[in-house]
Amino acid sequence: MANLKVPVAPADHSLGEEDAQVTLVEYGDYECPHCGHAHPIVNAVRKHFGNQLRFVFRNFPLTEIHPHAEAAAEAAEFAGAQGHFWEMHDGIFENQPRLSGRLLAELAVGLGLSSDDLTAALEGHEYLSRIKSDFLGGVRSGVNGTPTFFINGVRYDGAAEFEELVEAIDEQLSGGKIKRRRAG
Amino acid sequence: MAHILAPGTTAPDFTLPVTPDQSLSLRDLRGQPVVLAFYPADWSPVCGDQMALYNEIHPEFQKYKAEVVGISVDGVWCHAAFAHDRHLHFPLLADFEPKGAVAKAYGVYREKEGVCERALFVIDEEGVIFWSYCSPIAVNPGADGILEALENLKERRQSHGQLESSRRAS
Repeated sequence: MANLKVPVAPADHSLGEEDAQVTLVEYGDYECPHCGHAHPIVNAVRKHFGNQLRFVFRNFPLTEIHPHAEAAAEAAEFAGAQGHFWEMHDGIFENQPRLSGRLLAELAVGLGLSSDDLTAALEGHEYLSRIKSDFLGGVRSGVNGTPTFFINGVRYDGAAEFEELVEAIDEQLSGGKIKRRRAG
Repeated sequence: MAHILAPGTTAPDFTLPVTPDQSLSLRDLRGQPVVLAFYPADWSPVCGDQMALYNEIHPEFQKYKAEVVGISVDGVWCHAAFAHDRHLHFPLLADFEPKGAVAKAYGVYREKEGVCERALFVIDEEGVIFWSYCSPIAVNPGADGILEALENLKERRQSHGQLESSRRAS
């Protein structure tokens, strides 16, 4: 069984409460169609569980097969450095079929960010080391393609579909209850 | 059912075609760690399949001076098209004729389907299997096990080196 080797930390991009019962970590690639497919599913899963669930996104761009994946990840980090990570994240996935340099610039401008600054950040690979670090942490944790999910630190090998994810998270929630009962 | 060769076993040598007019022998790679990645077939319909993943991680493998080779029962032309499409930076060997002979020698052939298992071997500098792992056929084994084995192999080499130099010093 593969386990998350890099614990979730404050530097991670996360949605939800730190003390949520379940943390769902996704290693994803902005140009991967399966990640694009999973994006609205993750949102629905988050909505379903509310504050019981925390969601964390980490970069795993497969640059050899996805020419825009790295720039997209860098653009999301660029926006993230200015407090707009999730807006950029959503914008990229929602417009995945037309992912390009132009789209990234458009999205940045839409968030009130400077497209010149974005260009400079992409050309200087300002955020690349963070992305590489996400990637290597993922490799060490047994990420075996995109998207790869970890539920409370354990790799989830099921389908990236709503019902399957909900079921796996429910299992964690009921497991948590049993443990607490034992502790009490 | 055949069993996957265990650590400590000498890795069976083989010579397999790597392109339509070139072949590769395991013994040619002696002196460096070798990662043998058996997989069922080219063209599996997912992003970031096993070979694409190893391709992305290739620079990490190179840090350990490890040579990675993929092996399946697909023929050389199929491998050539697949490697070109996925921009692979490491060789794919064709265990094509006699079909699956190398996979059988390593105990990782699936007779029923006629394909290789998803099986990984890390072979040390002397040609001895240092680590092996067979994954459920539907689960891409990722690269964490390989990297951990390469790290352990490096540590073993370093501690041997220290032993040697302390012997020489005394």
